[in-house]
Amino acid sequence: MTVEAHDLTKDYKYGFHDKDVSVFRTEKGLSPEVVAAISEHKNEPEWMLEFRLKALEHFRKRPMPSWGADLSGIDFDNIYYYVKPAAEQARSWDDVPESIKNTFDRLGIPEAERKFLAGVSAQYDSEVVYHSIREDLDKLGVIFGDCDTGLREHPELFRKYFATIIPPNDNKFAALNSAVWSGGSFVYVPKGVRVDVPLQAYFRINSDNMGQFERTLIIADEGSYVHYIEGCTAPNYSSDSLHSAVVEIVAHKGAHVRYTTIQNWSDNVYNLVTKRAVAHEDATVEWIDGNLGSKVTMKYPAIYLMGERAHGEILSAAFAGPGQHQDAGAKCIHVAPNTTSNIVSRSISKGTGRTSYRGHIKVLPKAHHVKVNVRCDALLLDEEAQSDTYPYMDIDNPDVSIGHEASVSKVGEDQLFYLRSRGISEQDATALIVNGFFEPFVKELPMEYAVELNRLLALSMEGSVG
Amino acid sequence: MSDNEALLSVSGLHAGIEGKEILHGVDLVVKRGEIHALMGPNGSGKSTLAYALMGHPSYAVSSGSATFDGADLLTLAPEERATRGMFLSFQHPTAIPGVTTVNFLRAAMRAQGKELAARDFLKAVNGEMTELKMDETFRSRYINDGFSGGEKKRAEILQMAMLKPQLAILDEPDSGLDVDALRIVADGVKRAMAASENRMGVLLITHYNRVLEHLRPDVVHVFAGGRIITSGGPEMAHRIEAEGYETLLAEAGVTVEAAPV
Repeated sequence: MTVEAHDLTKDYKYGFHDKDVSVFRTEKGLSPEVVAAISEHKNEPEWMLEFRLKALEHFRKRPMPSWGADLSGIDFDNIYYYVKPAAEQARSWDDVPESIKNTFDRLGIPEAERKFLAGVSAQYDSEVVYHSIREDLDKLGVIFGDCDTGLREHPELFRKYFATIIPPNDNKFAALNSAVWSGGSFVYVPKGVRVDVPLQAYFRINSDNMGQFERTLIIADEGSYVHYIEGCTAPNYSSDSLHSAVVEIVAHKGAHVRYTTIQNWSDNVYNLVTKRAVAHEDATVEWIDGNLGSKVTMKYPAIYLMGERAHGEILSAAFAGPGQHQDAGAKCIHVAPNTTSNIVSRSISKGTGRTSYRGHIKVLPKAHHVKVNVRCDALLLDEEAQSDTYPYMDIDNPDVSIGHEASVSKVGEDQLFYLRSRGISEQDATALIVNGFFEPFVKELPMEYAVELNRLLALSMEGSVG
Repeated sequence: MSDNEALLSVSGLHAGIEGKEILHGVDLVVKRGEIHALMGPNGSGKSTLAYALMGHPSYAVSSGSATFDGADLLTLAPEERATRGMFLSFQHPTAIPGVTTVNFLRAAMRAQGKELAARDFLKAVNGEMTELKMDETFRSRYINDGFSGGEKKRAEILQMAMLKPQLAILDEPDSGLDVDALRIVADGVKRAMAASENRMGVLLITHYNRVLEHLRPDVVHVFAGGRIITSGGPEMAHRIEAEGYETLLAEAGVTVEAAPV
């Protein structure tokens, strides 16, 4: 493990931004005209325009959530809802516009692709600017593209699943996304196909006062396997940006979907994301969810266990530095008998940072022999740091086994002294304790991501103790 | 360096925790290659001395001096003391969950500028673990996390062997060990001393004579009421064993209020 000394808040590596290269953007603020302009610009079918306009109505009617993090800083009228950065989507890296290419080069995207990925998608502001998939997977019928292309090229498949897991009226921000969505990934894995290396999407906000509203839909057909990874960064602007995504996953009978997120937005981004999966008979869905960046995150990946013996796994890690609030958690809804779920949450707060675990376990009356395990541990790095836990449980079947454990601890003086007595500096000792605390999460990541995560954690540890 | 060179030199050391003075003037000189046994009843301040020498931030030194290898020890942070060659084997080592024994060792060696190439490192760790009769699964177990008492003691000795200090302060390395484990730990200390290029010195804190059967001390100090009340050769340990502390304390004209443990 490498331990470096920088302050992430001062020295956010991805805080650079390029000059505005957009070729089209809607006016600031939200109106039916803006929504219609997005739809028209994308040349969408009529049903999608109607869907969007209806969603906008839901969004307007719906009050802001009265629970969770403080969202009063969001000024919906001061946001660009659609910014198109390039005229065409590139399939060859050489065809990506130079300045955008530079950005992703600095983020290491082409490098990552060469190393170990089955496919890459890179979204810059509202549109996916680059996209590729390994040829052999393409031939097997695996679809990996952006959602707009999915709508255009696979209209029936797309419409069959789109917004069926998260309807527009689900919550205020799902409604907002439904009204102005753009980009994101559309993934289909045919029956029995195992995609042996991960597919990756990279999301970058570049414009000031920008809202990014990508929409991701993953369908894993019977007996298939896919691992999807997303990463995200944004420049540090003085004004806030909004990221409000919707991710829907369908895991058919016996399918296995793993969805990994390393959220590293800059600390001026409101990150309000709805993620939900449906797991059918014998299917497994795993959310591996790491939240390091953003000003405010509200995100509670959910799994509906619809078929017998379906299994859900939600493993999350959150780090909240000064001024950050990570309100994250997990939901598992056990609809069918003999379903199991396992939730592990680890969070660290530093300075005025605050982490919240918000969980919901529901077992429906017919779901007998359900097994649930929840474990959440919080680590506070100093006196000011804050952590809270909101575990909700609705259990409507007596024949279940539920385990719940929670702990809050401080980095102990004894731990620090023990490490320091071995020659390790106080700062590196803290980083070591923090890395150790996140170990159950980190060991689930592909090697490259694990290294990157440890590095980011080390960066954010500067001056955290004493 | 000559045989007479003092490795650790403590003079009139007063120290305490949370405003309560526990050490009331400790004088002690340890030379290279020597084993000093520090024996005394529970609550006499032996561990406080160990912590104060290693620089635990909760233990404040109010007066006195301490030099180590020529440097003023009391101005140094714990990590600087370690890097200069001090090592403390803890009576109750702390668990660091998620940090494997191997990663912990590597981080410590790197911090002290003693990093080895991966192959040499593994060879050294494996060799020492075999000597200490530690299962190879220890390498990937989280340091001290769920270790038994005996496993913790061996893990401390393993660290000492890898870090090759100039002075090892061993705070009750024998407590809770059965006969076999005690011999393994004592052999580990002897091995480290024999392998030491700068003739490691040892300050061995213990209640009991039995570890001294394996590690023959050059000097035995009787510690009570926060200071050394008398010192002698190995025979002192036998007297303590035979007569208990009370006679020695009475002889020295010291009455000690037993502090709560």
